[in-house]
Amino acid sequence: MFDATLTEEQRLFRDAAREFAQKRLYPNAERFDREERLPDDLLAELGELGYLGMLVPEEYGGMGLGPIEHALVLEEFARACAGLAITVSVHNALVCGAIVRFGSEAQKKQFLPRLAAGEIGAYALTEANAGTDAASIRLAAVGQGDHYVLNGMKAFVTSADYAKLYLVFVSTAPEAGSKGLSALIVERQTPGMEIGKAERKLGIRSSDTRTLGFTDARVPKANRLGAEGDGLKIALTQLDYGRIGVAVQALGIGEAALVESRKYAKERQQFGRPIAEFQAIAFKLADMRLKLDASRLLLGRALRKMAAGERFTTEAAEAKLFASETANWVANEAVQIHGGYGYMKEYPVERYFRDARITEIYEGTSEAQRIVISRAVLSES
Amino acid sequence: MWWDKRIEEFRREIRTFADAVVAPAADRMDVTAVFEPELLAQMRERKLLSLLCPVEYGGPQFDTLTYAVAVEELSRVCGSTGIMVAAANSLGVYPVSVFGSKAQREAVLTNVARNGSIISFGLTEPGAGSDAGGTKTTAVRDGDFWALNGSKCFITNPHYADWIIATAVTQPGKGAHGISSFLLPKDTPGFSVGKRENKLGLRGSDTATLHFDNVRLPLDAMLGPEGEGFKQFMKTLDGGRISIGAMALGLAQGSLEIAARYILDDTRLGGLLGKQQAIQFKLADMAAQVEAARHLVYHAAYLKDQGEPFAKQSAMAKLYASEVGHYCSTQAIQILGFSGLMASRRVERHFRDVKLCEIGEGTSEIQRLVISRQVLKEFEAAMDIPAAAVKQYQYDKAR
Repeated sequence: MFDATLTEEQRLFRDAAREFAQKRLYPNAERFDREERLPDDLLAELGELGYLGMLVPEEYGGMGLGPIEHALVLEEFARACAGLAITVSVHNALVCGAIVRFGSEAQKKQFLPRLAAGEIGAYALTEANAGTDAASIRLAAVGQGDHYVLNGMKAFVTSADYAKLYLVFVSTAPEAGSKGLSALIVERQTPGMEIGKAERKLGIRSSDTRTLGFTDARVPKANRLGAEGDGLKIALTQLDYGRIGVAVQALGIGEAALVESRKYAKERQQFGRPIAEFQAIAFKLADMRLKLDASRLLLGRALRKMAAGERFTTEAAEAKLFASETANWVANEAVQIHGGYGYMKEYPVERYFRDARITEIYEGTSEAQRIVISRAVLSES
Repeated sequence: MWWDKRIEEFRREIRTFADAVVAPAADRMDVTAVFEPELLAQMRERKLLSLLCPVEYGGPQFDTLTYAVAVEELSRVCGSTGIMVAAANSLGVYPVSVFGSKAQREAVLTNVARNGSIISFGLTEPGAGSDAGGTKTTAVRDGDFWALNGSKCFITNPHYADWIIATAVTQPGKGAHGISSFLLPKDTPGFSVGKRENKLGLRGSDTATLHFDNVRLPLDAMLGPEGEGFKQFMKTLDGGRISIGAMALGLAQGSLEIAARYILDDTRLGGLLGKQQAIQFKLADMAAQVEAARHLVYHAAYLKDQGEPFAKQSAMAKLYASEVGHYCSTQAIQILGFSGLMASRRVERHFRDVKLCEIGEGTSEIQRLVISRQVLKEFEAAMDIPAAAVKQYQYDKAR
């Protein structure tokens, strides 16, 4: 993640993403936030540029890139527009990633080319009463011939209205509890599936968040990823990838907040000099750099393990926890440095302050990360 | 105890009004970004905009402590309502009561008491934020008039105001000592209120620019003696900080209540949230910090009411309460999880609203300057400090 650790190819790839993000996303992010929507043609363009098939192997129409390239692009996107970054991360890491890892050959052939071409994927795990505790999923899928019949609700589904394909976690055997969960690929046009109304939220307003309702919705059994009962395994595996995505998003928000703070602190004159010359401000900038670098190091460690195919659950939790707390701290200090202007929507730090908050919540709250990390500590001999 | 049964009865009265009338309007005002006229009318009827107005002009003349409780209780459900009351009283009624001439007080405060008229306070400028001494608006003497030119920004309530207090430089080259205050009717020719700001929070509250384009004011429009403007607004802000502290306290209390209610609802539905130590300890820290903030805010108000020095205490109250408000709203969102980010739960609004308390009427950084200077001054007075240290302090101060 640090420049020195990247290959020339990775650097070029990152620079291209940076150029796209700074030209196309950064100047429009305020509007996307205000309209609470990403334009359809922008999403289509992401598909044309290959950003929605980064993790899909070339034989299925993707770019066949690794997690480091993906993280590099996501950071650039998050610096410019955090709502778009999470839309891309969920699509690539959670939906495409799950099909690449757990899909049958037929499923890969059927779905991956469509996703890589730009049909957005949504990931529906959380329910009203199953947030941090994913094992208590209730959405029922009852087998009927070669179909499942779905009844129930999903909450806070990212990209629910942008998506054409949904990876939905259901309970196929309620009596088996967490061992009775399965993952199904659901088409948008499925009769009986209803996309809810968008609720106004604090931040990442350009990302789409809605409920999904299912009333006797029929989904072919052929669309099940893995075996019946594999749902929890798939969800937990994907959670690690999702956490890396949120950590990268948090890092991008934090870096953007630092850039704006540095610029403002050098320009803004009070008491006859730039406020950057006051220790109270300069030391904030120092701590921002320090904490962002530490986030980047934790993230780099998790990414290297991921790229090497090793288990990276604890590393992902640490990176996500630290990067998200850092993003909130940095965005808050950025508002302080901007003073009254930081409270106004004319300056992007107002948005960073709102956008950062969710990084401590989704893909497991900070409290959930501490559970993961403390268990790892306790299991060490 | 600085507060007694009488204040708790007053609190109950305000809380009933806040829950029944203010809270339902708060969600709407956050979306429309317009303060509802019906709510404003009810606030006028309840004398909320003239709480500090002296009895001799027909006002209720509540003490600072009682007033702080009103701001706290309104902010508990709506930061925008809290700041409207706070600004109208401590930045409007207070300076006119204390610095105004008899004629000014009679003309303005009688109206405040009778009709709930609002006085808006114009200090900040684009180039003069924390450095309010860097004011650029000028007032030039022209025969029997002052001619004002310049702009103010981030001013609270001007669209609803009938009078404006504005600071301007009357003696250039004298720095902070060259600043004077003026009190003018809003319909004075040449004066205009600019566009409303689009803000992170307190979206129902009016924040706008003021413009002075050759505004001619009679000599008696000056508030207090010439050159006293800086001293006046420093004193006004000392009191204003108690209100911002009270506002942050209310938003912290509101956040704590939302979190507690969520945990209880979860428990009733068989959830285990309330059994998690991570959650219990958050709640404990929130409650302890809210209580500590309450003591700081009330103590500063009490000292002011007793006529004791309170500048350090009000800076501490504002600094601490606003950081507690930030902490409590953040932790309440953590406890609610994803749903905490949704507007319908109201706590994300508190999170946005309370951020202003770390900025307005002096950022947290400025409060730390005020406090540290005061601490050194007190030690210098109380202790036998080596001459070298005194010299260093004076050198730092001079810079």
